[in-house]
Amino acid sequence: MSILGNFNYVVAIILTMIGLYVLIERGNLIKKLVGLNLFQTSVFLLYISMGKIDGGTAPIHYDGIAPFSNPLPHVLILTAIVVGVATLSVGLAIVVRIKEEYGTIEEREIRVLEQQSNGGVQ
Amino acid sequence: MIGLNLVALQVIIPLIGAPVCTLLGRGNRAWILSTLFTWCAFVIAIALMIEVRCCGVLSYVMGGWLAPWGIEYRVDPLSALILVLITGVASATMPFSYSSVDREIPRNKHSLYYTAYLLTLTGLIGMAITGDAFNAFVFMEIASLSAYVLISLGKNRQALYASFQYLVLGTIGATFFVIGVGLLYMLTGTLNMLDLSERLSEYHNNRVLFVAFAFLVVGLSLKLALFPLHVWLPSAYSHAPSVVSVLLAATGTKIAAYLLIRFCFTVLQINQHPALLSVLDYFFPLAVVAMFAGSIVAIYQSDIKRLLAYSSIAQIGYILLGISFATNTALTGSILHIVNHGIMKATLFACVGGMALVLSNVSLQTIKGIGRRMPLTMAAFTVSSLSLIGIPGTVGFISKWYLVLGALEAGTVKGLVATVAIIGSSLLAVVYVWRILELAYSPDPSKTDSRTKEAPWPMLVGIWILALSCVGFGLFTNVLIEPASMATQMLLGGN
Repeated sequence: MSILGNFNYVVAIILTMIGLYVLIERGNLIKKLVGLNLFQTSVFLLYISMGKIDGGTAPIHYDGIAPFSNPLPHVLILTAIVVGVATLSVGLAIVVRIKEEYGTIEEREIRVLEQQSNGGVQ
Repeated sequence: MIGLNLVALQVIIPLIGAPVCTLLGRGNRAWILSTLFTWCAFVIAIALMIEVRCCGVLSYVMGGWLAPWGIEYRVDPLSALILVLITGVASATMPFSYSSVDREIPRNKHSLYYTAYLLTLTGLIGMAITGDAFNAFVFMEIASLSAYVLISLGKNRQALYASFQYLVLGTIGATFFVIGVGLLYMLTGTLNMLDLSERLSEYHNNRVLFVAFAFLVVGLSLKLALFPLHVWLPSAYSHAPSVVSVLLAATGTKIAAYLLIRFCFTVLQINQHPALLSVLDYFFPLAVVAMFAGSIVAIYQSDIKRLLAYSSIAQIGYILLGISFATNTALTGSILHIVNHGIMKATLFACVGGMALVLSNVSLQTIKGIGRRMPLTMAAFTVSSLSLIGIPGTVGFISKWYLVLGALEAGTVKGLVATVAIIGSSLLAVVYVWRILELAYSPDPSKTDSRTKEAPWPMLVGIWILALSCVGFGLFTNVLIEPASMATQMLLGGN
């Protein structure tokens, strides 16, 4: 079980962590969404890798072609990609509205504005 | 056979309603249509409940693909109960939403609002009904994505930021969940929940299983707002439009708790895995901290919706507390509390929604004297807050009774701590509820006009149906206890 043998999984984990790090560390809401999308997409890689068999062909059942890759994880990811696209578009739409209302998409500045408005009410 | 097709119709009816609503444009048509579809779903849920109680588990295979390969919809006692809760709360909010939505959401967006509402309902129903692990993820995302949209419709700009935070954390939670499901698939090659549970019983000490379990638990804990992962909940609930708060507070986190129970006890059969069972011990301190932290923070809130949101975090602690014992009585208590807290919080948020029609923002500063101006709304609020505390004769009492019984049955130090925590947290609930009631019923000298100005009658009907069910199920206890204990027996059946 060398690292090279599990290359796909290692890459998937590294990408997941990069995505999470960007999500936590960046204050810009668009960059946060980029991180979130990277995080989601790396999970697709995890799924796709598990369906692949060494030397396996495309999943077309045909006499004489014995090992073929498992198509199910790929199909699942097709669904997950749609979910990812929908999440990203809802997220971007909300960011547009935030920009309209607050005039900024920096998390820190939004927090300052929130505190000011809270102070104004009380 | 119509009986079996009802299982599919339960999901399909609101799903079809959603796109139709977008086409209806302005006016009341979208409201009428979604009311009809929601009530249909409620009738179907009750029919399914009756069917399950007489003839056992219902299974429907989508498109005729048989169970381990195709997607199976499965209604057992637990999911039937959750379905009745979700559709029941949604049905009670429909007459209520007529005036509330009219006031809080711009007219040209009404049809789109009802579209998103029906989609959320579809997702919530789907999560409860599906017997397929990956399908549960898809429904979870349908429910969450439309919930983000609904929350962002709140009238303050804070709603947008709250919705964004919820989107980020909700997506992380769902992605963790899907990683867990993927690892289980890697191990067993199946996604059907029953098939998974059969095959997983071979893997007692498998590291992939442990990692999958960890991902599932963390992902679902984010979705159900378990104590350290709850940060999205207060602002999401307090800035969302009133109707959305009612639906999400009553069902959004409960359905994640349902999935957690489903995965722990049906799929992983945790009570037969000593190694996995020990993980539940980590839930216990988190649940206790949630019960106290949520209640204490609630005491210091002045915005009432925010106060109720923090109280929700405490109530989720109760549910997790019961799960962490994994015994018959305690788990029955948890399931009862899922349903009961759903009804109570729906009533409370609905009353706040009613007050929001009269007051600009419902906070401790503004509600002074509201008990005289809106006697019926405030009476319903009082009834359900008594239930929240757990006064005998209300639903809140039954579930806390079962949780305390379950804790004492364990007979350990953990059980004693749990009992103290349940009672202590209930006393804290008295404090935050009392602050509201005292102000609401004290006269406001600044307002000479003491005429009553009640919420419109459809709203009152919705509120009072919910409030009366708080008392009704508290008096006729068997209506809820019987299905809940049936569900527990099924979950712990392996023993």
